Amino acid sequence: MARIVGVDIPNNKRGEIALTYIYGIGRSRANSILKDAGVDRDLKVQDWTDDQFGKIRKVINDSFKVEGELRSEVQMNIKRLMDIGSYRGIRHRIGLPVRGQSTKNNARTRKGKRKTVANKKMATK
Amino acid sequence: MSRSLKKGPFIDFKLERKVLAMNDKGKKSVVKTWARASVISPDFVGHTIAVHNGNKFIPVYITENMVGHKLGEFAPTRTFRSHAGNRR
Repeated sequence: MARIVGVDIPNNKRGEIALTYIYGIGRSRANSILKDAGVDRDLKVQDWTDDQFGKIRKVINDSFKVEGELRSEVQMNIKRLMDIGSYRGIRHRIGLPVRGQSTKNNARTRKGKRKTVANKKMATK
Repeated sequence: MSRSLKKGPFIDFKLERKVLAMNDKGKKSVVKTWARASVISPDFVGHTIAVHNGNKFIPVYITENMVGHKLGEFAPTRTFRSHAGNRR
């Protein structure tokens, strides 16, 4: 178990995969970080030397917003939309899809668990 | 697909002309407009623009943060008054 940028503890997987445990880093960024740091992407985290750790930390700190900083940026963007009262902000506020998706059915990711309405009339034929 | 950068943002010509005229004279009055698709330019900040929502005009006070959004985003076209039995 190793520690990179605060709380994250990527385990004994290949570097390319382990780095994706950090919020804000996916496969593509993980690869470019390892390339910049000069570490083979197939090398497991447990086999990294302290020197390599240092380089990887440096690359991440210098070039990317990750974890808390990134989360707060996203929150700030949403808050801005809500404060100016735009359509997107309103949709965020009432917890419905923001990008024009249909809400007649589905949309469960945004709406959450189904709330059953008692005695709802079935469509008459 | 996003708009070509070559063209620049779409700002309703007549609305822009009115706002700029007001800026020159340094006075403010509400401008009615149907141009919901018009982008809010930095010149609009501080003005109140009445944006048509298909039924009536919704007064929108333009602030710094709204620049780059479109006028229609601030005048909702649909009314939704929660489902029956959705109290609390």
